[in-house]
Amino acid sequence: MSTSQKDLKLKKRSFSAFLGNMVRQQLFIPVAALLILVLFNLIMDPSFFKIELGHNSAGDPVLSGYLITIIDYASELAILAIGMTLVTSASGGQDISVGAAMAIAGSVVLRVLCGNNPRPEHMQTSIIVAFLIAVLVSMCFGAFNGMLVAFFKIQPMVATLILYTAGRSIAAWINKNKLPVISDPSFGYFGNSIPGIPLPTPIFIAVICMIIIAVVLKFTNLRLYSQSVGINSSSSRLNGINPQMVKFLTFVILGVCVAVAGFIKVSRLSTINYSVIAKDIEMDAILAVALGGNSLGGGKFNMKASIIGAYVIQFLTTTLTKFKVNSTAIPAYKAVVVIILVVLSAPIVREKMGTLRKKLARSKGNVGKEVA
Amino acid sequence: MSSNTNAAANIKAEKNLRKRAGLTDTNLLLIITIAVFVAMYALAVFLLGGGFTKPQTFFNILNENASLIVLSCGMSLVMITGGIDISVGQVTALVCMACAVYLDRDVLHPEEYAGNPGNVVTALLIALGIGLAFGLVQGFIVAYLNIQPFIVTLAGLFFAKGMTTIINATQFNVANEQFLKLKEKRITVPGMGANNKLGVYVPAYVEIGVIVAVAIVIILFILLRWTKLGRNFYAVGGNNQSANMLGINVRRTKFMAHLLCGLLAGIGGFVYFMHAGSGSPSHAGGAEMNAIASSIIGGTMLTGGVGNIAGTFFGVLSLSTIKNIVASLGLDEAWWTNITVALMLCIFLLLQSVILSRKHKAKK
Repeated sequence: MSTSQKDLKLKKRSFSAFLGNMVRQQLFIPVAALLILVLFNLIMDPSFFKIELGHNSAGDPVLSGYLITIIDYASELAILAIGMTLVTSASGGQDISVGAAMAIAGSVVLRVLCGNNPRPEHMQTSIIVAFLIAVLVSMCFGAFNGMLVAFFKIQPMVATLILYTAGRSIAAWINKNKLPVISDPSFGYFGNSIPGIPLPTPIFIAVICMIIIAVVLKFTNLRLYSQSVGINSSSSRLNGINPQMVKFLTFVILGVCVAVAGFIKVSRLSTINYSVIAKDIEMDAILAVALGGNSLGGGKFNMKASIIGAYVIQFLTTTLTKFKVNSTAIPAYKAVVVIILVVLSAPIVREKMGTLRKKLARSKGNVGKEVA
Repeated sequence: MSSNTNAAANIKAEKNLRKRAGLTDTNLLLIITIAVFVAMYALAVFLLGGGFTKPQTFFNILNENASLIVLSCGMSLVMITGGIDISVGQVTALVCMACAVYLDRDVLHPEEYAGNPGNVVTALLIALGIGLAFGLVQGFIVAYLNIQPFIVTLAGLFFAKGMTTIINATQFNVANEQFLKLKEKRITVPGMGANNKLGVYVPAYVEIGVIVAVAIVIILFILLRWTKLGRNFYAVGGNNQSANMLGINVRRTKFMAHLLCGLLAGIGGFVYFMHAGSGSPSHAGGAEMNAIASSIIGGTMLTGGVGNIAGTFFGVLSLSTIKNIVASLGLDEAWWTNITVALMLCIFLLLQSVILSRKHKAKK
């Protein structure tokens, strides 16, 4: 065999190894999905990526375009994905009450700001106070879920089913079933944009949350603990970790994330609609975690991948809306995506695919030998 | 003499043992369920007075909840094998919409089907087909690809939700004559009527759906208690691995449970359709919740292996009695019903958790 042939073979091998590495990377799935969506939009309508600097009705500069919309609207989802990833990792289940809990958080914010009058001239307290109270309430509900899961050992999805059913009703009850509206424009800054800054504020809030979680994961044992509890709860207990406490803690952290997301959501409209706000967002949050290549059965997780997954989902939603898919029909498409994803990532399917690939490679090798 | 006492003691011990064996988790939970139902009904009579003493009130609860009984039975089957299926409510909505659109095709598409309305038998087949399709796909993915049932059926829920609005996004009442005849059919229950305010004797009645639901309860009760498949459900739910060691085909059993649950969702959907007589995307909203709650109240354990169809039946009745109480107390019903259902679910989940942990302690 000549050297050039050898070189070629080596190159080929290294290239296939590189491809294999790429595919095995956890970030591969969300990034590949994102690329597919980008390509699809590029082919169908390149104007999808146009970003324009315009002025809103108040005369402030605002960037507009589908991309900005995607990044803006994915903020809540990205924040939820952070908490959901932790819960998934530690407890091996998902919290399906996040949408209802967001309604509660939003309702609390409005109740504190409005007092008893549903249409106040001025806000009763500062926004920060309202936000902090909402965080506190959300943490309590998170703690309730966490308690059921960690101490009473109920499957997470069933335990959170309780709040999923009751949450929106509780949200309505907090405001006595009225629909308060806040007319003060400064409340809307958090969901829309601050005058003078062309980017929507939720983007910044989401980035702040990401930085916080990055710092927390870097400097605390949260990642190690939740992963080890998720992989094997009893052996981590033998190693001196309190698995119940870790599970409980992840649900409380998710509570904080829910409060932030709920706050953004009510700030967008300055009002609330209990049965519609954050509807079906639990599906998106779970999908974000799954799309990030994280095992839904708990254990290891990759926070970056989950967050990218959240943006991919919003990209998908916006794309579907742009192509005039009825907003009520979107769940059907997403469900198909979920099923394809979970089926592809199932260990059994992967194993089968692996053996198939090996067989193919072997048969190819045989053919090569015969020719030689 | 001593041998005699010994024998007596032995017999006594054996009797005790048998007594204890008789009071398994299943039976204990069933007794609790029936007690809860009786208590609820007594409470309703106490709070709301005479209305609840009339047999027709009871039959109305049955009429309204016939589809929920069918759905809950399917849910119980899946839960006994240790799984869960949260798609049943939306499958019901999908079945209603599909049947409604099919039956009224001469109204919706007059240029194609004028004077040629759909017939009820085909509508029933459509309902069964939809249910079976969901059961097949979900069952296959859950059992053979080994993916968490919650995720799979959550996707099923959203798929059914989307499909319902794709078929038709608005509510409409079915005008098909053949169907209306079926819908209006009343079956009188002999000897249960009562005199109304004018003193005219009004016989008590149930709808066809109730007959279907009761038949399904009886069939499934027999299936679970006396057939091989039914016993396998319990074995697989109780302990996956030991069931496997016993030579039970675990995957096939799980698959069968999901398949049956899907089929029952189809039947339940048609029963709901017969009661409501319309198609709407908001039909049976939250039915999966109610079905899970009924099963849990009925003594089916989430961990699998424990459960009883009779309990589920009483679970549905307890739940709907509570709802009736809440509604007639004049509270903002939609909101308060949800909160009470969640509260009941919570209480019973905690009860199960306590029973389980006590059992673990007893074993140790």
